[in-house]
Amino acid sequence: MSSEEYLKDITEIKKLMNKSSRFISLSGLSGILAGTYALIGAAYAYWLVTTSYRGYLILDGKVFKLVLLDMFLVLFFSIATAIYLTTLKAKKNGERIWDATTKRLLSSFLIPLTAGGIYTLIILTQQRYGQTGALMLLFYGLALINASKYTLGYIKYLGYTQTILGLLCAIYPGYGFWFWVLGFGVMHIVYGFLMYFKYERKQE
Amino acid sequence: MKNLLNNINKAFDHRIRLGIMSILVVNEYADFKTLKELLGATDGNLASHSKALEKVGFIRVEKQFIGRKPNTKYYATKLGKEEFKKHVEALERLLKGE
Repeated sequence: MSSEEYLKDITEIKKLMNKSSRFISLSGLSGILAGTYALIGAAYAYWLVTTSYRGYLILDGKVFKLVLLDMFLVLFFSIATAIYLTTLKAKKNGERIWDATTKRLLSSFLIPLTAGGIYTLIILTQQRYGQTGALMLLFYGLALINASKYTLGYIKYLGYTQTILGLLCAIYPGYGFWFWVLGFGVMHIVYGFLMYFKYERKQE
Repeated sequence: MKNLLNNINKAFDHRIRLGIMSILVVNEYADFKTLKELLGATDGNLASHSKALEKVGFIRVEKQFIGRKPNTKYYATKLGKEEFKKHVEALERLLKGE
C-alpha cells in the first residue's frame, strides 16, 4: 500500500466516526444561546423579586408564578433553539436527523431528566423549596453524563460541572439563585464556545 | 519499518471491515441497518465482512427479535478496540515517517 492509501484509510475512519456519532456537533451555538436565555431569564427573575414590595421571594404569590413562567420560557426557547440549529446543521451536511444515534442520545438524556423533573415537582408540592435549584442542576448534570456516551464533545465535562454545582448548591441553599445562574447561564456559554471553536469553526 | 508493518492488521485490510470497526469503537453498538446505511454496503457484503471480524474476535454479534423482525446488534470487543487502535496508530506513524 502506498502512503496515499493509508491517508485515505485514516480519512475514511475519521469520517465514519463522526458520522456515526454525529451528536459531536450538537451545535455549540445552541449552547451559547441557551446560556444567554438563562441569563436573561435569571436577570428578569432577579428584577421581579427585588422590585416586588417584599424584596424577597415568597412561594405562592404572583411573583412566584411569574418566575416559574419565566423559567419555563427559558427552557422552551433553549430546546427550540437546540432542535432548530441541530436540524439546520444536519440538513446542511446532508444527514438524517432521526436515526438510531439520535434516539439513543435522547432516551439516555430524557429518562434521568424526566425522573428528576418529576421528583423536583413532587418536592415543590410538599413545600420544600430550598433544594429546587440544587435538584435541577444535579439531575441535569447526571442526564448529560448519561447522554454523553453518544457524543464525543464536551458534554460529559459540562455534565460533571453541573453535577458538582448542584452538590455545592445543596450545601449552600441560600445561594441557589447564583449557582443556577452559574450552571445554566455561564457554563452553557463557556462550553458552547469551547464546542463551537473546536468542532464548528474548523469545518467551515 | 518492519515493526510498523507488523501493527498494520490484515483483518482491517478492507474498506468495509475498517468502516465497521470505526463505527463500533465510537458507538456502544450498531445494528445491521445502521451499519449498512453508513457504509453504503450491500447485505451480503456486510454480512461476510462482519463474519470475518467476528471470527477473529474483534466484534461480538447479538441476535434478537423485536416483535417478529430479527434485529442484529454489533459490538466491538475489548480486543477489537485495542487492535484497531494499534492499527490506526501504525497508519499514522507510517504517514508521518515517510
